[in-house]
Amino acid sequence: MTEPAALKLKDMLKKPEILTSGHRMCAGCAAPTIVKLMGMALRGPTIVCEVTGCLEVATTIYPYTAWKLPWIHVAFENAAAVASGVIEAVDVMREKGRWSKEHVDVIAIGGDGGTFDIGFGAISGMLERGHDIVYMCYDNGAYQNTGIQRSGGTFPGQETTTSWAGKVSPGKEQRKKPLAEIVAAHRTPYVATVNPYHHRDFITKFRKALEVEGPAFIHAFSPCPRGWRSQTGKSMELAKLAMEVGLHPLYEIFNGTEYKMSGPSRRLKELRPLDDYWKTQGQFKHLFKPEWADFKKSLQEQVNDDWEILKKKCGIE
Amino acid sequence: MTAVKRIPKDQIAIEGLTGDAAIAHALKQCDLDVLAAYPITPQTIIVEDYQKFAANGEVHCRVIPVESEHSAMSACIGASAVGARVATASASAGLALMWEILYCAASMRMPIIFTVANRALSGPINIHNDWSDTYGARDSGFIQIYTQSCQEAYDTTIMAFKIAEDHKVLLPIMVCIDGFILSHNVERVEMLPTKAVENFLGVREPFIKLDPDNPITMGPLALTDYYFEFKEQQERAMEAVPEVFAQVETDFEKMTGRRYGMFEEYRTDDAEIIIFTHSTPGGTAKATVDVLREKGEKVGVLRLRMFRPFPTKEIVEVVKNAKAVIVFEKCRSFGAPSNPLALELRTALYDLEKRPMVVDFVIGLGGRDCPPTTIVEGYEKTKEYLKKGKAPLYETMGVRK
Repeated sequence: MTEPAALKLKDMLKKPEILTSGHRMCAGCAAPTIVKLMGMALRGPTIVCEVTGCLEVATTIYPYTAWKLPWIHVAFENAAAVASGVIEAVDVMREKGRWSKEHVDVIAIGGDGGTFDIGFGAISGMLERGHDIVYMCYDNGAYQNTGIQRSGGTFPGQETTTSWAGKVSPGKEQRKKPLAEIVAAHRTPYVATVNPYHHRDFITKFRKALEVEGPAFIHAFSPCPRGWRSQTGKSMELAKLAMEVGLHPLYEIFNGTEYKMSGPSRRLKELRPLDDYWKTQGQFKHLFKPEWADFKKSLQEQVNDDWEILKKKCGIE
Repeated sequence: MTAVKRIPKDQIAIEGLTGDAAIAHALKQCDLDVLAAYPITPQTIIVEDYQKFAANGEVHCRVIPVESEHSAMSACIGASAVGARVATASASAGLALMWEILYCAASMRMPIIFTVANRALSGPINIHNDWSDTYGARDSGFIQIYTQSCQEAYDTTIMAFKIAEDHKVLLPIMVCIDGFILSHNVERVEMLPTKAVENFLGVREPFIKLDPDNPITMGPLALTDYYFEFKEQQERAMEAVPEVFAQVETDFEKMTGRRYGMFEEYRTDDAEIIIFTHSTPGGTAKATVDVLREKGEKVGVLRLRMFRPFPTKEIVEVVKNAKAVIVFEKCRSFGAPSNPLALELRTALYDLEKRPMVVDFVIGLGGRDCPPTTIVEGYEKTKEYLKKGKAPLYETMGVRK
């Protein structure tokens, strides 16, 4: 039986939660919201494979668990490989009459560290082999679990405990890895960027990811008050703001080639200035010092350029 | 379980097979659900042959051609977690890349069968045999069984599933063959009819599994309050191995007439000096002992098969009355007082009031040949040490100094 996705508020309230309250994620962390939104999209029996990270350690402290789905964690860099084993085993056991469920969705979840960096090889392998898995990255912009170290997902200008803002350094100086597009370049059937503020967009896309045959990838933007030094009550607003300034635009890529800008990003008349985003978080505070004015300007130009390129790919002039 | 019966001779297929091919044939008959592996010499033929069986529709199994050994063991865990029968194969650097996940497989109690063609570790890079790879993983929580012949590799691979999947055990197993020396050497192998192997093994019945109807959390975080208890349970599972192993061997013997034990004793009854080694040097040692016996020397061989769990008490019983035990091992534990196999033996013997002298020779690193003369040289040296009443803690043999 295929259950419908819960898109309307009254349906969302009725859909069983997949993550209980009482988990030990930080106040204001967007990751549990992201997981719950994922739950709104589910269509039936599901198995979750997760990498080591905040969400993993804070939701499964033995002898407790917050998960209401069958869930497995093995290590930091291998959720894509674990999920590959799960889906293939389920499929072959069904053929052999040892698995009663007609269909099981397999979802792998990783943070930006486990996805952009240490787990990237396993993800690329999973994509190339074409397993029917949805991989979701909840991207909070750094190795927050180990104490806010830089990752391939960290923005330029962001201060972390391994990309300090100092007298001669403006925080991280390198670009963020364009992960969604790298994944899409594998000719992955479906790739989408989402954020928890635009929840209908999120649920709709996650459902598409589940329904597509073969691998799909969801890149979810996940504000982290502890690491970002932002207010705990502002996480949803920051998720929206990241979209508005062009740091996490919302779009879909079909089969690696066909780009489609999603409603919230498409409706933007123009990008809001990055300053509006940076000033909400302690991790960007140093950028407002006069010595980084030029650096800041170069980052704004970079985002403007990226935005124009993306619009072009999406067929928006 | 159906009663095990002796398989009539006319149903046995006899073929000349390499160690790798013997293992591939065993895996073919074990009705795997998933095999996930990455190629590495000298294990590659296992996976190549198995892939060929899959390509010809001779097995009903999903082969996952993963992008690394790290992912191979990870995919095996995922598949095992939903209740599948699972195997992989590797060696050397590949095994080293799995390292982290070996511990996960064992502590998550996944009965994965991991066939290993033992090969030296880099550097310098070297494709030939020694035991540094699996010895290094001796504390990973895997059961380790070392085999001497292609027949034994075939038989042990089949038995391994039944041992690993037993609910008293639920631990992964490394089935080891010497790289090239056995992996690429053709020997006569008697193969069982597939139906007999299937009856012998049955279908895996998982103790727990990832199941949407009964959701559980596998691989949680356990800190100071519970981690230690997980480790305690792992040790209990190890302690249960000898009994299950013996039962499985008894059933296998009924079917084939063959049994191997946790170790093989060869002419040890009245032996004053016992050679202690495993894998292919075990064969060399037995042939050498035959010659030495003809010259009137009281010497025998204890060929170890099961290194983990180490059959401490049983080994002590065999060697306690000997004057000396000569260890031949293909691994150096840098900076250690001696080397892995001798360390185990010395620990086992320490509490005896009267202990045999233990002499430890490191041989054959990086595949250097270990002919019978190596065994004889070690034997002669040991006799000298016995006269002097003193031996070095270890020495290397067959290396330019």
